[in-house]
Amino acid sequence: MSRLEIRNLAVSVNTDAGEIEILKGVDLTIESGEIHAIMGPNGSGKSTLAYSIAGHPKYKIVSGSVTLDGRDLLQMSVDERARAGLFLAMQYPVEVPGVSVSNFLRTAATALRGEAPKLRTWASEVKDAMAALNMDPAFATRNVNEGFSGGEKKRHEIMQLELLKPKIAILDETDSGLDVDALRIVAQGVNRAKEMNNLGVVLITHYTRILRYIKPDFVHVFANGRIVEEGGAELADELEAKGYADYVSK
Amino acid sequence: MSLLTTNYLTPTGREEAWRFTPLKRLKGLHDATAVIGDRQSLQTIAQLPAGVSFTHENLDPLAPSDDLIIGRIRAASSAVSHLSIASKVEVGQPIFLGRTSGALDTAELSRVRISLGAHAVATVVLENTGDTVLAEDLEISLAPGSNLKFITVQEFDSKSVYAARHHAVIDRDAQFQSITITLGGDVVRILPTVEFVAPGGSAELFGVYFATTGQFFEHRIHIDHLVPHAKSRVNFKGALAGQDAHTVWIGDVFIGSNAEGTDTYELNRNLLLTDGARADSVPNLEIETGQIVGAGHASTTGRFDDEQLFYLMSRGISLADARRLVIRGFFHEIITIVGIDSIEDRLMNRIDSELEKVGV
Ligand SMILES: Nc1ncnc2c1ncn2[C@@H]1O[C@H](COP(=O)(O)OP(=O)(O)OP(=O)(O)O)[C@@H](O)[C@H]1O
Ligand SMILES: [Mg+2]
Repeated sequence: MSRLEIRNLAVSVNTDAGEIEILKGVDLTIESGEIHAIMGPNGSGKSTLAYSIAGHPKYKIVSGSVTLDGRDLLQMSVDERARAGLFLAMQYPVEVPGVSVSNFLRTAATALRGEAPKLRTWASEVKDAMAALNMDPAFATRNVNEGFSGGEKKRHEIMQLELLKPKIAILDETDSGLDVDALRIVAQGVNRAKEMNNLGVVLITHYTRILRYIKPDFVHVFANGRIVEEGGAELADELEAKGYADYVSK
Repeated sequence: MSLLTTNYLTPTGREEAWRFTPLKRLKGLHDATAVIGDRQSLQTIAQLPAGVSFTHENLDPLAPSDDLIIGRIRAASSAVSHLSIASKVEVGQPIFLGRTSGALDTAELSRVRISLGAHAVATVVLENTGDTVLAEDLEISLAPGSNLKFITVQEFDSKSVYAARHHAVIDRDAQFQSITITLGGDVVRILPTVEFVAPGGSAELFGVYFATTGQFFEHRIHIDHLVPHAKSRVNFKGALAGQDAHTVWIGDVFIGSNAEGTDTYELNRNLLLTDGARADSVPNLEIETGQIVGAGHASTTGRFDDEQLFYLMSRGISLADARRLVIRGFFHEIITIVGIDSIEDRLMNRIDSELEKVGV
């Protein structure tokens, strides 16, 4: 059983116009096996929350705490957080020229497991993970995210999620840019990871479409750098019908 | 033996061709104060296949050179180490040349010729190692329809000085591909130059260099398109780390008024891994005819991409490993063109250990 606890988190970024505060006190607790959907308008700070938890150097923690099973994530380097069990599926996965997917995956698995995976079982592990996401095996020899279509990048993220087996995953708009079939395939991947590893999920999304496949236990409305409303799956439908006007003006 | 003739002016450092080079560190190669040792260090490494010979003979230069060190080498010596591949011979395995002896108290003036007869096909690897002071006039002659892949690896020890011109003369429909790799030495200055003497030829010049603390590596490319319908590509990638690591890349491409149908593109990318290092990159295109297929260049100098490092680290990969992956990835595009596994592995490992040395 794992628990990610975010307490009163305030975060700022440095801009040409000086430091601006983007997160203004976020409170959220995610436990193993739970699905939390976060919905909110563009620019409200959802990606900022995801990146701050993962440790992106651009963001400055002003106050608050983030712990995973009681361990202070904010004191850890980015890779330590991943090794503690955190995973971030990025809204815009990064291209890494000259580094093959297979080399990347193997290096990551070695780091996370503390030893190099056995060559024999590893090959089939990767092959199965790719097949499960309907990815052509040829992707293994391509460079990380280089020239991948938007949807292929997202499938690649969820393939890693299944392969690397984190405790808690933050999925930042993984559903954006997916066609209907890919959406179902990706959702199945997330559900498998939940079933097999009791994964806890933070699902940042703009659309209720993906919530038909991945049933949220909680829906949080994010506006102006904080969570302004919480509810069950029905809240998502309400948002889809009415938009964020009520929350933004608050 | 009297050293170098004095017909050649000694550069002051103000000349365009010498403005970046640390003349004081050339150990007298440029101003004729070097004492010339009596050695011809270039050797073949293994038995040569049929149709290939390696001889020492007296040869006139293939092409004039205005480089004063090349001028001095030619004035001092007509003896040439000559690797020759006969017409129509297709050599399947790479031919290895290397150096077996060197010295720092005396300089070697070396003349080398690599010639391919018509329709010959070969891969030649020239590996420079050890500590030495070496000035080299290396000329490559590609007869019509021939095809050469030429890999030079500079893995000199840390006190070496190497000043060289690698000049290819490309005849009708011949194809030349070179991969120039510079990883070791104190001062390395190479002039990879190309001239087309008949239409239909192609030249691809690739390069990789990695300068660490105090090293100076210069690659001064010059391609003359003076005949129609030739194609050239240049792609050099460099990394720098440590105080006073300095690299220079010059890409001069000249397209003469007769050279219609020319197709050329040159690219140089540099990765500055620490403060205190300096990469100069100067592409230069001169065009005298509008009747060309294409001509372009690009040059970039950047640092580690934080987003790439973040992405890798967010998968549990340590900062050191992430950097190693990114650097290997940066060079991969070119190293993979070598096509010889043992060399590729060795170069990648060498790049890793250079990184470790400077503690990046
Ligand atoms: N370097 C920066 N300079 C100025 N503003 C910034 C900078 N970085 C982030 N911001 C601002 O922070 C706010 C939050 O951005 P964030 O990416 O977290 O939003 P989001 O909720 O994920 O939006 P979306 O739904 O569009 O993905 C935005 O208004 C953005 O413009
Ligand atoms: Mg976002």
